[in-house]
Amino acid sequence: MLKIARYALYDILRNRFVVAYGLFWVLVSMSFFNLESDPVKGMASLLNILLMALPLMSVVFASIHLYNSYEFMELVLAQPIRRSEVLLGQYSGVAGSLCASFGIGMGVPVLLYEGSLRGFLLVGCGLVLTLVFVSLAFLAAVLMRDKARGIGLALLIWFFCTILYDGLVLMGMFAFSDYPLERVILVLAFLNPVDLARIAMLLQLDAAALMGYTGALFHHFFGSALGIGLAVLLMAVWVVWPLLWALRIFQRKDL
Amino acid sequence: MTSRLISWLTAFALFTSGKSLGARTWVVAPGTALSSINDAIARAKPYDTVLVRGGLYREAVVVDRPLTLRGEGRPVLDGEGLRQPVSIRASHVAVSGFRVVRSGSASLEDLAGIKVYNARYVYVFNNDLDSNFFGIYLSNSRLCWVTGNALRAYGEIEQTSGNGIHAWKCDSIFIADNRIRGHRDGIYFEFVTHSRIERNVSIHNVRYGLHFMFSHQDDYTHNTFMYNGAGVAVMYTREVLMRYNTFANNVGASAYGMLLKDIQRSEISDNVFYNNTVAIFMEGCTRSQLERNEFRHNGWAVRIHASCENNLFRHNNFIANTFEVTTNNQLSLNTFEQNYWDHYTGYDLNRDGIGDVPHLPVSLFAMISQQMPYAMMFWRSFGVLLLERAERAIPSLCPDNLRDRSPLMKPYHVAHSKHK
Repeated sequence: MLKIARYALYDILRNRFVVAYGLFWVLVSMSFFNLESDPVKGMASLLNILLMALPLMSVVFASIHLYNSYEFMELVLAQPIRRSEVLLGQYSGVAGSLCASFGIGMGVPVLLYEGSLRGFLLVGCGLVLTLVFVSLAFLAAVLMRDKARGIGLALLIWFFCTILYDGLVLMGMFAFSDYPLERVILVLAFLNPVDLARIAMLLQLDAAALMGYTGALFHHFFGSALGIGLAVLLMAVWVVWPLLWALRIFQRKDL
Repeated sequence: MTSRLISWLTAFALFTSGKSLGARTWVVAPGTALSSINDAIARAKPYDTVLVRGGLYREAVVVDRPLTLRGEGRPVLDGEGLRQPVSIRASHVAVSGFRVVRSGSASLEDLAGIKVYNARYVYVFNNDLDSNFFGIYLSNSRLCWVTGNALRAYGEIEQTSGNGIHAWKCDSIFIADNRIRGHRDGIYFEFVTHSRIERNVSIHNVRYGLHFMFSHQDDYTHNTFMYNGAGVAVMYTREVLMRYNTFANNVGASAYGMLLKDIQRSEISDNVFYNNTVAIFMEGCTRSQLERNEFRHNGWAVRIHASCENNLFRHNNFIANTFEVTTNNQLSLNTFEQNYWDHYTGYDLNRDGIGDVPHLPVSLFAMISQQMPYAMMFWRSFGVLLLERAERAIPSLCPDNLRDRSPLMKPYHVAHSKHK
């Protein structure tokens, strides 16, 4: 498995996408920290970019990479190697390289300009979201044999998580605004990995406003050990279950 | 202002002149012939000095004649939770250097560590007060000074704790350099006029850091109000001047940096509002000026109700607040001009430092979250940002006459130093 991860890594490094990806984050974070006079303001803008761009790039890159290395995987599977090892090797290669370039690309500017807890939380959220969306992209790529449809599905997942989901929940919220929705909204916000990351950052950036009305329910829940534990657990579930599902399909699949 | 200064000077002159008329000093110390402060007071003639040496005194001191009561070596006046340690019932009294602890508490009578009744020219300075019901209480008094005292209480709920510095029906009093912590309201004024409140620090109080009502023509400068349960609330008052104060970290569902209710013709300038849930809440305020204030990292910088009119917001800096302004009506009768808004997205083609398109500080989501608080959970989500942009381009829900027609491109002090 490690060997395959290494091959995947070499493969990825050869096409230089990962380097460009890292540079992109350096550029974005440096410019936001320099542009905004207030570091919190810079972090907020950075969060907006991160929540949109990072899932998109992870999803597209991971699915394209998996389709492109289909032939390589077929070749490798001719050897006495288990299928799960091949897929997990690919996953660790892709996720590892994306995480590394994002971690360096954004981690260094954050360390320089905002070496605080919320800065590291931002980078941490980015890393976890990378793991989640690479895993979702793998699932899409394994589900669809056709490359175009697979990438399409991956994009759809991205679109749903970052834009559509919030839109739907907001619409529902307006429609049922006569009812007490606090708990429902809390649960719904918890089910989407992008929202989870966003809310974790919100608690750092807009603490004063959040302590307003929703304070009681919201802050106590997220501040408590139960809330934090549940958030971490759900994120872990979002990383693991698409990957396990993809693994199951991949093992039974007629390549 | 000058007339007020003159009255202070006269007060001081009168006080010192009284002292110099061949007055005696009575020394009170435990274990000596004169071990009771009240005995010493009974023997003293007006304008004498009672010097109290360090030790523990369990008595209810009543000062009923002009007197200097001075503690040396921090003598402790203990109320043992039963009585009022110091009652001042005469004019021309100075009390300093004591540690006053454990006053009694009562529901009908407001017992305090040091209470002043119907007096003039009373000076309370450099005392430590700890675990008292009310701290220093001025009742129906004029021309009094309360300076350099440290007040500490351990109140947990409003009903069982009293105010730090409490003044009722006073005029021309001077409250400065006190540190107040853990009381119900740090500083509480009712019917207090022509007074100055300077450089006090009021933190971690159960309810308000500062609370006043019907207290006209007072000046508040260089005070700090932080971590109070509900911030600062000022009501039913006209002609107040508040400058160079700091309102910070007042966070909670009903916490305000400053709550202004029925305030008229007042000036609120050069203050700093930092990390409050709502920095300024205004209701029924008229003809007041808010200038050169800095609003930073607040949830809502300004919440202004439609009952406010003819207020002027000028040269304020709004930086990194979640929401800038909210209101409860389409109508706005207040003026916003030449403020710096960091949410401003306009441009300045002629480079005069003033944005060419007006700024609408009321955002759609701020209005939504006022009606549906839990909507806050979707703040900064992409869908919400799209809605915000659409609303800014074509305002439909937000009051479009609440706008700054001349927003500054840079924070005010920067622009100011440039003009020089």
